[in-house]
Amino acid sequence: MALDRWIALIILMICMAYGYAAFFTMDAGLPPFMQRNAIWPSTFPKVLSVLAITCALIILLGQGKGDDEAKEGDINYRRLMDYNLGQALLLLAMMAGYALMLRPVGFLISTVAFLTLGAMVLGERKLQFLLPVTLLATGLVWYLVQQVLGIYLRPLPYVFGTGG
Amino acid sequence: MLEGIMIGLSTAFTLTNLMMVIGGCLIGTFIGMLPGLGPMSIISIMIPVAITIGDPSAALILLAGVYYGAIFGGSTSSILINAPGVASTVATSFDGYPLARAGKAGKALTVAAISSFCGGSIGAILLMIFAPALATVALLFHSSEYFALMVVGLSAIAAFAGSGQVAKAMLMTVLGLIMATVGEGALFNLPRFTMGIMDLQSGFGFITLAMAMFALPEALYLVLDPSRSNNETGGEIKDLRITKAEAKSIAPVIGRQSIQGFLIGVLPGAGATIASFLGYAVERNIAPKEEQDQFGKGSVKGLAAPEAANNAACTGSFVPLLTLGIPGSGTTAILLGALIALNVNPGPRLMVDQPEIFWAVIISMYIGNLVLLVLNLPLIPYIAKVLAVPRNYLIPFILFFTMMGAYIGQNNATELLLLVGLGICATVLRFADYPLAPLLIGFILGSMLEDNFARSMQIYDGIQFIVERPMTLGLLGIAAILIVLPSYRARRARNRAKGIADGD
Repeated sequence: MALDRWIALIILMICMAYGYAAFFTMDAGLPPFMQRNAIWPSTFPKVLSVLAITCALIILLGQGKGDDEAKEGDINYRRLMDYNLGQALLLLAMMAGYALMLRPVGFLISTVAFLTLGAMVLGERKLQFLLPVTLLATGLVWYLVQQVLGIYLRPLPYVFGTGG
Repeated sequence: MLEGIMIGLSTAFTLTNLMMVIGGCLIGTFIGMLPGLGPMSIISIMIPVAITIGDPSAALILLAGVYYGAIFGGSTSSILINAPGVASTVATSFDGYPLARAGKAGKALTVAAISSFCGGSIGAILLMIFAPALATVALLFHSSEYFALMVVGLSAIAAFAGSGQVAKAMLMTVLGLIMATVGEGALFNLPRFTMGIMDLQSGFGFITLAMAMFALPEALYLVLDPSRSNNETGGEIKDLRITKAEAKSIAPVIGRQSIQGFLIGVLPGAGATIASFLGYAVERNIAPKEEQDQFGKGSVKGLAAPEAANNAACTGSFVPLLTLGIPGSGTTAILLGALIALNVNPGPRLMVDQPEIFWAVIISMYIGNLVLLVLNLPLIPYIAKVLAVPRNYLIPFILFFTMMGAYIGQNNATELLLLVGLGICATVLRFADYPLAPLLIGFILGSMLEDNFARSMQIYDGIQFIVERPMTLGLLGIAAILIVLPSYRARRARNRAKGIADGD
């Protein structure tokens, strides 16, 4: 089975869970005065779940040809191992790490760390160029966002207070 | 109309707004050149900036400038390194890249700049003439028609998705609509489908979703496949001039494609990508035999056609956005989100209630086009240098900016985790050739669609509004045709192909 059908299957299951919630569980808590309305909060989701299940089934059971041949210049997922999968996964993990560290460690440290490590994951080794660039960029973005736009970004770890 | 133009001129020609146009064009051009950041991502990044400005006209002028700049910037990277950062400039690379390889990069960029300028300007004139007419028609629309119109728009998106893709585009659209139902709707004051998670109470953030659908997968693709971003600009850029004969040959192409592109841009769902491909195809078909062979090998006509068409289409896509409140493309969908955040409700009342916004945007389109031309022609030799930013620096910065975009919008670190999760899903969807723009358009239109549907249901106390209002019925009929026709055609083509194979 081609990847697009697997995805259709997963979406189908999500939509069935969604449809189950819309048809069977949502209306239980509906206050009596709302039950007299022509439209309930569950009306639209009911329609959507039916539509989505239909579409997913068309893809899943349809006779359309699978995407065996990747388009030129596109990534062929069947040969995913030939690409830099490790780098991509590492970068994604670092993004998640950045999300978790942003508040406790502060914007400046976590951003410099993310940009430097990100470049190093991709193969950059010249730290004497990399560090000044990331420091400068981080400072510039922080200044722009916090001072010019007035959107609060905690600059330093929380033990040092709230900053700016 | 003259009065409107005067209002627009007086709003657009303030120092702040002129700076906004110039700044927007510059930012758009420079970021748009980086492969991986299309107009959609750049506008999402700029939204927090625009919202902070506070003045809706200035913000919209800035975003429109960014939009044009990004389209132009995108064509620069398609021409120079065959890396179209934007779907609508893919057709530009067909002939632009061969020209650049032949050492005529300067000429190619100049042709692109001039065609873009003409396409954008002609589009703006057409917008000025047709938008008020469309808006008058739009005043006849009630909530049931709005509902039907949005259904038409959504089905058009599915219909233009290309052969064999209709079901996928439909599924993505519906998925977008489903995602829009998560959270607390204004109409019912009940949290829906939040699964008890507090962070989902307010629904998915639209910038987060936009970043996850477009910028993140593109960046991941760049990581996965280094050949997508190799810097082989090679040689310096020279030979800026266009000969008289070339100018003569591209003039009619630009004229035709500006009008055609604008008309395609007006249709919700078609947008600049379709316009550019169609423009390229049409010009190739009507060209004389000997010129036809040149297409794809470095024809100036083949470069001018998609460039004029995609810029005109960008302008055209502002017609449904400003007059009906319906975004015709992913980019205008993001613009619509920004407008709503700025407390402007695009729709038929916009021209009546806030004419200064409407006209200022149109006037700033002229200024934006002019600024782009004036700025870019002398800058062309230097522009190419930006592309030399090493990939090792480029990718972490792209990832960082997508995260900043999502974080600044919501000021919530959970949003970043959501971004990573959705980004992975989007990348997998892209592997399987699922179109991602319909999902975002569905998401943005979702709440409006439901509100209008609910309002008509309440007014008519049931579903009968569909039969009682002829216009609604007609529009829904069109929507049905738009969905059924492509699948019917695909099926017939498939059957025919099968028949030939069987009879062999």
